[in-house]
Amino acid sequence: MLNFLPMLDNNKNKILSILEAVCDPEIPVLSILDMGIVRDVKFDNALLADGGIEVSITPTYTGCPAMDMIAVNIKLALLENGFKNVRINLVLSPAWTTDWMSEDGKIKLKKYGIAAPDKKNTIPKDGVECPQCNSNNTRLISEFGSTACKALYQCVACEEPFDYFKCH
Amino acid sequence: MNNYLKDYLLYLADTSLILSQRNSEWCGHGPILEQDIAITNISLDLLGQSRNFYQYAATLIGDNATEDTLAYLRTEREFKNCLIAEQPKGDWAQTILRQFFLSAYQYLVYEKLQAYNNEQLAAIAAKALKEVTYHLRWSSEWVIRLGDGTEESRQRMLQATNELWRYTGEFFITVDYEKEMNIDVADLKIEWMKTVRAIFEEATLPIPDNTFMQTGGKKGIHTENLGFILAEMQYLQRTFPGANW
Repeated sequence: MLNFLPMLDNNKNKILSILEAVCDPEIPVLSILDMGIVRDVKFDNALLADGGIEVSITPTYTGCPAMDMIAVNIKLALLENGFKNVRINLVLSPAWTTDWMSEDGKIKLKKYGIAAPDKKNTIPKDGVECPQCNSNNTRLISEFGSTACKALYQCVACEEPFDYFKCH
Repeated sequence: MNNYLKDYLLYLADTSLILSQRNSEWCGHGPILEQDIAITNISLDLLGQSRNFYQYAATLIGDNATEDTLAYLRTEREFKNCLIAEQPKGDWAQTILRQFFLSAYQYLVYEKLQAYNNEQLAAIAAKALKEVTYHLRWSSEWVIRLGDGTEESRQRMLQATNELWRYTGEFFITVDYEKEMNIDVADLKIEWMKTVRAIFEEATLPIPDNTFMQTGGKKGIHTENLGFILAEMQYLQRTFPGANW
């Protein structure tokens, strides 16, 4: 999903590995690339006369308090790696969706104990796979969870409560 | 055009901000932990939406306006929020019903706006719509649960309806800035009533008769409740201008 303007491959790889290391502060196992937050990177001397770099990010939820921190962390990571004139551009359209979460990210989520988003635009009453014991015998406890992006479930089989990253 | 757009953005922002502020009064006081978290999550979504509208409005206003000056340094008569948003949170029934009425309304407004001929406004609306859809589902379920619940919960829903119905009329009165933007909210009433009727029917609650409707919020004429919210919300910036951390 990430849209890079034409640039030299070694630059592109370097930038990708820097962004890969920036995590979502509320779900530290996921990088911002896994989350699909980074929408565009502009790094091209012809386009940006100041020789800078511009990273476009999109918020998951409009009120997500992690966004400001993510923006600062991207900026710091790029500055630390020698980039100059780093700008973060916030874009709203198209609106972020869990469809942009990488498959790799979904696996990491599950390992971390959070059920990955499943069917589009639904919040199932039951049947979400338990990230602990893999049972589908689970039930919704609350449509709202510990952060804006999660809902709370409980596994009937192993009785563990768990977060579900809701479809959005 | 920009002047009307600015007023319209402030109206949308103010309604979300004031409702967010009201809902956040439940923080730590919700009937059970999960619902305490739910209502404060909704608060957070609404706050985020209002920030988007304020930020956009600030760029049109210029003159060093920011989202913060718009939220913290305007007076009562400058706020354009719907009256229903500023009403006290009341009991859980009143909070739920207010959320339901407003979410059902915001859903229709944002649905239209996402196709509006202004890229930034359409983008904010499309984003907000996803969150409002969630709020509408959650509050609908609660209206049904309380209305068709115990004698006590039903009684409280009837009281809440009696208290809040009078503030729903202004949703559908097109004011000058809406007119200038070719937004006709009178059209939304049929759809809104359809949603309300369906949920009320399931909740076994009667739809109130046509009664007197209290209006004026969208034009800056408010009930006494708004002043108290602003006094609390703006206290810090008024007392220590520019305070930061």
